[in-house]
Amino acid sequence: MALEVPSELEKEIDDRITHYPVSRRSAVLPVLHALQHHFGFISEDSVEWAAAKLELEPIKVLEVVTFYPGFRQSAPGKYHIRVCRTLSCAMAGSYELMDSICKKAEIDRSGVTHHDPIAVSNDGKFSIEFAECLASCGTGPVCLVEDDFHEAVTDVDALLSQYK
Amino acid sequence: MSQIKYIAGKEPHANETRVIFKNVDRESWDPSIETYLQDGGYDQQKKAFQMEPGEITAEVKTAGLRGRGGAGFPAGLKWSFLPPNNDKPVYLICNADESEPGTFKDRYIIHQDPHQLIEGMAISCFAVGANLAYIYIREEFPEGAQILETAIAEAHRKGFLGKDILGTGFELEIYVHRGAGAYICGEETGLIESLEGKRPYPRIKPPYFPAAMGLYLCPTIVNNVETLCHVKHIIGMGGENWSKTGTPNNTGTRILCVSGDVEKPGYFEVQVGKVTLGELINDMCGGLKAGRKLKAVIPGGSSAKVLRADETFKLGKDDDAKEISIWDIPMDFDTLAACGSMAGSGGVIIMDDSRSMSWVINNLNNFYAHESCGQCTPCREGSLWMKKITDRVVAGKAAPSDIDQLDAVARNIDGRTICAFGEAASWPTESFVAKFRDELIADTNPELEDAFVNAEALTAAANLK
Ligand SMILES: Cc1cc2nc3c(=O)[nH]c(=O)nc-3n(C[C@H](O)[C@H](O)[C@H](O)COP(=O)(O)O)c2cc1C
Ligand code: SF4
Ligand code: FES
Repeated sequence: MALEVPSELEKEIDDRITHYPVSRRSAVLPVLHALQHHFGFISEDSVEWAAAKLELEPIKVLEVVTFYPGFRQSAPGKYHIRVCRTLSCAMAGSYELMDSICKKAEIDRSGVTHHDPIAVSNDGKFSIEFAECLASCGTGPVCLVEDDFHEAVTDVDALLSQYK
Repeated sequence: MSQIKYIAGKEPHANETRVIFKNVDRESWDPSIETYLQDGGYDQQKKAFQMEPGEITAEVKTAGLRGRGGAGFPAGLKWSFLPPNNDKPVYLICNADESEPGTFKDRYIIHQDPHQLIEGMAISCFAVGANLAYIYIREEFPEGAQILETAIAEAHRKGFLGKDILGTGFELEIYVHRGAGAYICGEETGLIESLEGKRPYPRIKPPYFPAAMGLYLCPTIVNNVETLCHVKHIIGMGGENWSKTGTPNNTGTRILCVSGDVEKPGYFEVQVGKVTLGELINDMCGGLKAGRKLKAVIPGGSSAKVLRADETFKLGKDDDAKEISIWDIPMDFDTLAACGSMAGSGGVIIMDDSRSMSWVINNLNNFYAHESCGQCTPCREGSLWMKKITDRVVAGKAAPSDIDQLDAVARNIDGRTICAFGEAASWPTESFVAKFRDELIADTNPELEDAFVNAEALTAAANLK
């Protein structure tokens, strides 16, 4: 196994696992979140590592990775953007927002599919995908950049210039 | 209470009754336990922990609290479904997945008033005998998850969680569990599977009613964030008094979230049934945008059936029967059900006459096609068909008979699936077709009607992804 998990991260993961005294398997999502947060995406090695950690068959981890839109299997840009696509935000202009971010950040979404929803900018700085309703429908259009939440986004320059 | 000051520009509307949202947008308020304690925080937990667990459930029943997550099921009744003489552990799960499009209320409780939720959960756990509880929070609330974990640690340090709480011998741990971006994790049995570390495939009921066989196949109570917060106030006010707010069988306050084509979208905590849709739109949200007319309203989250602006609704029976317009609908569970829709999650989406209904239903069908878990054929295939047909409608590449096909596909989903996502996915289409049929048909192309015998048209249709 090639994955190098820093001891601090492993400690954090071990601590998370204690939150599930009844079943270690319950910790699949938190373990994957911790790995994705650190490595940027879930690699095959990460799947193997998580499976070994939780004493599971790797397929039990992989089936989770492939189901949930929140886990990705390839590297995103330095800053990953998720634009809400659903009705209230769409009425407030989220498709237009998506277009202008892509234009500004030079992202080509033409290759995007259901199973491969993320597009990365030419310089690798930004990646983007649509998300479904982010539970802030009254302040659309909204998006997440990494863990930062942005509401009523109209000025794309101002949005992107926060990320160096 | 009367001295509470709110942040300038974010003051509650005069029609509001702030109970759950008392501290939302409050001036000099923060989510720390010190602030919460200075405001009488955890007093209701102290009071409840002096009561018998059964008394708490009885108060919740007297209050008539109905679930705020979507189905409006009476919370006290749900709790009493826990098996008697049970020797397995009991779990409580707070559903903080907040993923029904149009809904944005739990977000504010979690971010601004986390201790209210923890106190409500502690009381509820004491009532149902749960020593381990989880908050299942959607992954897209990373800051919210952090705030909750900080709040839980604070409550621990002050002795409101942990071992021997308040000297009662009662023990409780609450953990935060983050989802990973799937709507179906809001469905309670899908949520439980997800919490077990699996794909969130909903379980079939019967037999898998969570109260009987939930997390780790043990009795489990799943309640929405807002529902659990109300438990605290029911203890504070007493069930009888609490039930005097709102209207009979639709008691208490609830948060309505308004989005779409109004001047001032936002969240409003109102007494259930005391505010009409017209008051909500015109008085509380500043009305429609200038020069625009109301066209349609989705009153309870995207899964609720749409209401058309010019519809009238017959309420009551026989001599008491009356006909009301959309403006006069009181926003409560029973009336919205009688109007053929539902109060659902409290998400009210307003559409004006600038909106194409084909475009709207297509947007929603994209959502459901993306979010079906794929276990049941009618739901998995049907949601994709509905998306594809409406993709064609908005592209002007559908034939008029496609609208009948669309309707037939929808009607073949609901009632034929494992979980209520089937209804959630098909009701929007069924209702948009029923109420805006002419408009949908007007967006189709009659020349494509014989697409199956017309090679050119067939190719045109097939070229659509
Ligand atoms: C497809 C689907 C999605 C749901 N999403 C949510 C949700 O995001 N939040 C929620 O509280 N309940 C949601 N529910 C309802 C839950 O299954 C469950 O009824 C609710 O959490 C119970 O809490 P309550 O009785 O306090 O409302 C959903 C139901 C379905 C069928
Ligand atoms: S109804 Fe749809 S979401 Fe629910 S279990 Fe079946 S396929 Fe999954
Ligand atoms: S529709 Fe975008 S946050 Fe709900």
